[in-house]
Amino acid sequence: MKFGKALLGAAVLALVAGPATAADGTLTIGLKAEPSSIDPHYHNLGPNNSMAAHIFSRLIEQDEKQRLQPGLALSWKAVNDTTWEFKLREGVTFTDGSAFDADDVMFTAKRAPNVPSSPSSFGTYLKGKTFKKIDSHTVHISTERPHPLMPVEISNIHIISNEVGDKVSTGDFNNGTATHGTGPFKFVEWVPNDRLVLERNEGYFGEKPEWKRVVFKPIKSGPARVAALLAGDVDFIDNVPPIDIARLKKEAGVQLSSGISNRVIYLHMDQFRENSPFVTAKGGDKIKNPLLDARVRKALSKAINRDAIVERVMEGVAIKAGQLLPEGFFGVSPNMSAEAYDPKGAKALLAEAGYGDGFEMTIHGPNDRYINDAKIAEAVAQMLSRIGIKMSVETMPKAVYFKRASRGGPDKSPEFSFILVGWGSGTGEPSSPLKSLLHTYDKSQGFGSSNRGRHSDAEVDKLIEDGLATVDDDKRSALLQKATELGIGRNQGIIPLHYQVNTWAGKKGIAYKARTDERTTAMGVHSN
Amino acid sequence: MQSSLVVLVMSLLVFIGVNIVGNPVDMLINPEADQEEIDRVISDLGLDRPVHEQYGYFVFNALKGDLGKSFIYGEPALKLIVQHIPATLELAVAALLMAIVFGIPLGVYAGLKPDSKTAKTIMATSILGFSLPTFWVGIMMIMVFAVQLGVLPSTGRGDTVDVLGVPMSFLTLDGLSHLFLPALNLSLFKISLVIRLSRAGTREIVHMDYIKFARAKGLRQGRIVMVHLMKNIMIPVVTVLGLEFGGLVAFSTVTETVFAWPGMGKLIIDSIHNLDRPVVVAYLMIVVLLFVTINLVVDVLYSVLDPRVRLQDQKS
Repeated sequence: MKFGKALLGAAVLALVAGPATAADGTLTIGLKAEPSSIDPHYHNLGPNNSMAAHIFSRLIEQDEKQRLQPGLALSWKAVNDTTWEFKLREGVTFTDGSAFDADDVMFTAKRAPNVPSSPSSFGTYLKGKTFKKIDSHTVHISTERPHPLMPVEISNIHIISNEVGDKVSTGDFNNGTATHGTGPFKFVEWVPNDRLVLERNEGYFGEKPEWKRVVFKPIKSGPARVAALLAGDVDFIDNVPPIDIARLKKEAGVQLSSGISNRVIYLHMDQFRENSPFVTAKGGDKIKNPLLDARVRKALSKAINRDAIVERVMEGVAIKAGQLLPEGFFGVSPNMSAEAYDPKGAKALLAEAGYGDGFEMTIHGPNDRYINDAKIAEAVAQMLSRIGIKMSVETMPKAVYFKRASRGGPDKSPEFSFILVGWGSGTGEPSSPLKSLLHTYDKSQGFGSSNRGRHSDAEVDKLIEDGLATVDDDKRSALLQKATELGIGRNQGIIPLHYQVNTWAGKKGIAYKARTDERTTAMGVHSN
Repeated sequence: MQSSLVVLVMSLLVFIGVNIVGNPVDMLINPEADQEEIDRVISDLGLDRPVHEQYGYFVFNALKGDLGKSFIYGEPALKLIVQHIPATLELAVAALLMAIVFGIPLGVYAGLKPDSKTAKTIMATSILGFSLPTFWVGIMMIMVFAVQLGVLPSTGRGDTVDVLGVPMSFLTLDGLSHLFLPALNLSLFKISLVIRLSRAGTREIVHMDYIKFARAKGLRQGRIVMVHLMKNIMIPVVTVLGLEFGGLVAFSTVTETVFAWPGMGKLIIDSIHNLDRPVVVAYLMIVVLLFVTINLVVDVLYSVLDPRVRLQDQKS
């Protein structure tokens, strides 16, 4: 240990003695995950979308708290129940010199959902939307039914220039020939697995970023990323491993930035099988699935000591959760807080439901997907064993886990009985998790697609569907709050544990405006 | 003939092994996508067809030189791997050279003077080289050379120069400084191996009659070692290094991950994590071919080093 401390001390010296940070305006960022392509419409996934946001702009931007801000559209409003009008910004040019107008929006709308061999397409956001050009700087987008999520969904689509032509391929974006956007940075080069280089776009219409040049280096391994920062090879890193946070806090040459994310870690419980495969009576005999009883589910929630999970397992870097999104987001219920730790109450509820002697159950979880996921599963199991439920824990790599958890059982049903998962709301409001996690599973309507416990309550379904069709913000917020209060508060359809907190680290004097969507962007990195 | 059978059996094992684990779509897709979109991607990637049918397609296309398209990058798997070969090859060659340059002299010395303190130190250190995990040593090297002393960079590949269109980093100072630590990390095990091999060889050969005879003839010690001894200890060293070189190229994964070296090892580990099946299969196929080729090269080298070993088809 002493040797380690000596090394760290020397590391600080090396940092202080090292060259002044980013003297020539270059910022080097060590990233955990790099994008799979520079094509902004190829792969709808976090690393790709955060990279695309550097080079391309969207009609509506999401700020660091996922609030909507004007981007290439100056204003947007619903002109009637099913049609939204977007007024476009004038005088904007792409980095190839061509002017931005409604034709570029029309072109983007046509291309984005139809990129060949896309592993996850933007059709998710554009399905059922009809784009209509009104004049050179006005666009109408209509849907068949009222669609309040229109602005949020449009804020996920990066606008490309129609000059690139119909035949443009993903490869053209990767090598830079078609990579012309209206974003804060210009594309310079991308060498997959090695580096991605951007330069400031001097013609950007918004607030210009502080850095003249940005180099992204993918460094997947956590300790290596921290070492690269300490060695001064990079100025800034994302996804600081929680185990290193306490240590880095003591480093004089390092500055940490952290912020709560939109990701809630929660538990699903099997609510669709009379006999659940991983729940038995003590001794292994079959029993009627106790998780069907809301009192049992409530008891499980009460038996979990969330403070202990946050303090011990998460090293203080998490916030206990009582619903789907933390305070401050749209549609969050003020009436709900994290369930208090109450083992006595939990036991009483179990007895009331007829399971006073407990039962046996296995918790399944991933071990490489969320921060400390396997440890959380173990902690939950220990806490539940204290109220008389005999627990076993099984964790596995995400590559194996998610298939089994979603459709590993007979007829592609979820395989497990009691699982740990997480959900990040890309929309920044609760309708996305409500629709996917708590609405009755309905493949044809696209509801309940990640409802791995198959919770089902007609009243909650109705509230969610009404909410998704109510354009008025206040009324929609009230409906979503009510759905959350019933689905989680009354039914305990899922058990929320905590919201993740993400940590970034930079050299002394480099701070990050932490984003709730967990993205790492050079626009948010500032020197102070 | 034998080799192609090996390749075929390997392809079957690899393909089936890779295809029963997980579902790539769960790794690729945005969680907010609905069931309809998930089904579209599954059928786009051909995952809705039975495994034997997928394998049939794979073999049919592989015979035409197409090993499939990466699920993640949407580019041919072969192209992705070829792009990553120069970096890995450079690292492996550098590590191999280090193993020879450090390993042989130290091993021969330890063999010639087995009872000296230096020899004992060399042998003790070589045990460490064997037993310390590469991952830990890599991190410690970064801590010492990059973080504490600040003399060498900790991550990445540095400046490259194009040689015949292939980016190579050993021709620039920056590139060399980036290359040193990962190459040393990778070669540590091999250095120890070479030390042990050449020590054992030396100990055996110094007692041979022809060495005694050379001594009796009054030859200089230098000449005895360089000519008579070296030639004879080289055979096992070359055999093992040949096989180990394959290992260096194929399994430099750990070193590449620690040092974020943009080579094949990093590509394969990322592909395994993300279930990018075509890349994993293509990579393993290439590794199989590599080992088959290396064994052939080693056989040829034998005959050069030791004229008594004749290749079957070599007629005088």
